[in-house]
Amino acid sequence: MNPASPALPIAAPHAATGAGVARSMLWVCAALAPATLFGFWLYGWPALHLWWITIAFALLGEALCLRLMGRAALPVLGDGSALLTGWLLALSLPPWAPWWIGAGGGLFATVIAKQVFGGLGQNLFNPAMVARVALLISFPVPMTLWTVPLPLGATAAPGFIDGLRITLGGLPAALDAMASASVLGHAKTELARGVDLLHAFAVPSAPTFGLDGVRAGSLGEAASLLIAAGGALLLALRIISWHIPAAMLAAIALPAAILHAVDPARYLDVGTHLLAGGTMLGAFFIATDYVTSPNTRGGQLLFGAGVGALSFVIRSWGGYPEGVAFAVLLMNALVPVIDRYFKPRIHGRDRRGRPLDIAGGDGS
Amino acid sequence: MGLLERFFAPRHPAWGVHPDDRKRPAADAPLRRLPLPERLYVPLQQHVGGAARPVVLAGQKVRKGDLLAEAQGNISAPVHAPTSGRVLAIGEVTAPHPSGLAQIAITLASDGEDRWGERDPVADPFALAPEEIARRTAAAGVVGLGGATFPAAVKFNLGRRLKVRTLIVNGGECEPYLSADDMLMRERAAEVVDGLRIVMHAIGAGNALVGIEANKPQAIAAMRAAAAPCGDVAIRVVPARYPMGSDRQLIETLTGLEVPADARAAEVGVLVHNVSTCAAVHRALRRGEALVERILTVNGGAVRAPGNLLAPVGARVADLLAFTGLHGEPARLILGGPMMGSVLPHANVPLVKGASGILAFDAAEAAVPAAGPCIRCGSCTRACPMGLLPLEMAARIRAGELAAAVDFGLSDCISCGCCAWVCPAHIPLVQYFSHARGELAAGERARLRNAATRRLVEQRSERLAREAREKAAAAAKRKAERDAAKARAAAVTRAADAAAAPLAEATP
Ligand code: SF4
Ligand code: SF4
Repeated sequence: MNPASPALPIAAPHAATGAGVARSMLWVCAALAPATLFGFWLYGWPALHLWWITIAFALLGEALCLRLMGRAALPVLGDGSALLTGWLLALSLPPWAPWWIGAGGGLFATVIAKQVFGGLGQNLFNPAMVARVALLISFPVPMTLWTVPLPLGATAAPGFIDGLRITLGGLPAALDAMASASVLGHAKTELARGVDLLHAFAVPSAPTFGLDGVRAGSLGEAASLLIAAGGALLLALRIISWHIPAAMLAAIALPAAILHAVDPARYLDVGTHLLAGGTMLGAFFIATDYVTSPNTRGGQLLFGAGVGALSFVIRSWGGYPEGVAFAVLLMNALVPVIDRYFKPRIHGRDRRGRPLDIAGGDGS
Repeated sequence: MGLLERFFAPRHPAWGVHPDDRKRPAADAPLRRLPLPERLYVPLQQHVGGAARPVVLAGQKVRKGDLLAEAQGNISAPVHAPTSGRVLAIGEVTAPHPSGLAQIAITLASDGEDRWGERDPVADPFALAPEEIARRTAAAGVVGLGGATFPAAVKFNLGRRLKVRTLIVNGGECEPYLSADDMLMRERAAEVVDGLRIVMHAIGAGNALVGIEANKPQAIAAMRAAAAPCGDVAIRVVPARYPMGSDRQLIETLTGLEVPADARAAEVGVLVHNVSTCAAVHRALRRGEALVERILTVNGGAVRAPGNLLAPVGARVADLLAFTGLHGEPARLILGGPMMGSVLPHANVPLVKGASGILAFDAAEAAVPAAGPCIRCGSCTRACPMGLLPLEMAARIRAGELAAAVDFGLSDCISCGCCAWVCPAHIPLVQYFSHARGELAAGERARLRNAATRRLVEQRSERLAREAREKAAAAAKRKAERDAAKARAAAVTRAADAAAAPLAEATP
């Protein structure tokens, strides 16, 4: 990975931090675990099956590429990045989606969106989001087919085998019976039909939307509070900093608050914007991806604000009900530019790199 | 700590790293004196600048503190006999440097008496002219003992010329494992304070700020007590943060002044000296003793009894390690601290004035984690005390674009190692930077050489052209002369003919 590593004797420093790439990645996965478990409970066995299939194919794609390049796969798989990519992708899929959505998405994420760019650290775009958007554009129907929550243990919930059959695409009838729109999707379709939001959510068939997360959506959507809690853990561990999440959430909340106050019949409220769709997952786990976000604090604030604002714009006026994935990708493309303009000031130099004037030469 | 001071206590800086300091238990062990080795190997180059020139001959008897080699050039320092005995040889020994190259040293056989030679102590250094203090400091061979080993007196003169107002005394010692300055301040606070006041006098500074990291409470207390009578010396506690001991960072923390790039600290009115240097100045003036020994830390997992030693310059690292004892063969030997120190090729190298520590690492400490690809986490950027972008610099260097790496700040890098320390992918960033700087320097040398060659070639062709021109001119001149002569001859002939004609006519 460091082809031109200078052939020098061992140089200073002769000490290193205990932190490592794999450790951070595994912490991120750990932070996702509560929300994921909640999702399994809420959407049952199909969700679990889709989750592991997605991850397995993400790992497989990575291993395949490494083998093709003649490199040992195990050490690289051990860095945890492919696991995390697969996991994030799984959390953004409809929980009852057929297996090939997860498999294709997983492969696409690690092969096309990551390894083709040169592997970990070289990809411009977030692999999980590239895969999700590719799936959404190619297979709009299964990618927008959400199911009502049917907690494990509920009488109508499919068992292990039925769950597997649903994931393998063998029970279309069960899927249809359980179909439901997500909150954002419902809002969009109703508005498109000319029904304003005040009426759209007043009908009994409208999707429920509670803080408890028992509602239709992807794995990562339902448990937004648990996702946020995972994000708080990452903040506490200093694996991520507050800049991107705070800027992104603010950039969604602010226009939502203003526009909802002006025209509640046309614009969703702040709570829905923050808790529905991929907002929390995006803010804490996706936009904060090291590789595809700026690396100075100023740049991160701008980047986060950009993701938030674009998400809001796409949700409110775009063709898709949900815009976080698109917003992340659009801002990913801007990262090199942001990094160019948000450089830290070099000690002893001004922002443009010229040496500071010699001040204080005589008593003051 | 007063309430006001507490309120204005220096804030935690945004830069740097906080490595596990590993200073204990070595820092708590009492100061020990290294038993005098039988042989001492005193290198002629223990400082920045020109190597000293030997003034003794093999076989000559010397006493402790006698001059062995004198300074050579404007920036240089003399070296003195670390003990009494006989000069055995002047020749090559292995340099304490990763290259393991040879360097010239004077080998001394100790006579075991450790008898001082002539000393010329000064009762009241403050009555001396600043120039005289600088002269005596230079004559005692005092160099910056914080690691830079720049001749101290040269810096005094610079400070006086640039009218420095504040002397900054560096008691930061931010490198993990090391506690030599800590030990010095605990044991010899009065010497340090007296020395720094002499330095103030030598540079004409009005006040002094001593920065000591908060992790050295005993040193702080001792220094406070020693400095209590001096109103112009303030002991300041600075956060324990690496690299607090770096000049620019310490200056900024203590005074808020930011030294411009390409400028020297003295140009903004401050000068930095290390606490050990100040103590050496005290000894040079008050006792007339040359710099021939120092306190240094011997530490690391492979050392059986780590601690601080008082050791003569020229003792071999092997002597030190034999004294402290080892658990088996050390996996790596380091001169200096773990963050910036250099690897020693083996233990058979002599101690130099600037050696603040010798680390003998065991296998666990020496393990180099395998480097992975950069994940652009930005940790290196946030840790860099100079505000550089190490990841971008490394990426450019890997692509062979050295000029672009300079744009990202390569030339401002102080090689502190924060970036490489913090990198979760364990990329040897500093190694990239030193490699690139080496390339740049080589390129620069080549450029200069080319320029010189070109100049020579130009001069030569110019000379040739001039010679050709001159030759042509000379030829033209000769031709003109010839022509003129011919013309003259022709005229004469014609005149003769004319003269002869009537004769001819007259002689039909
Ligand atoms: S780039 Fe240079 S100055 Fe910055 S942290 Fe790395 S070694 Fe230190
Ligand atoms: S710390 Fe290491 S992995 Fe992180 S950005 Fe810097 S070079 Fe890359």
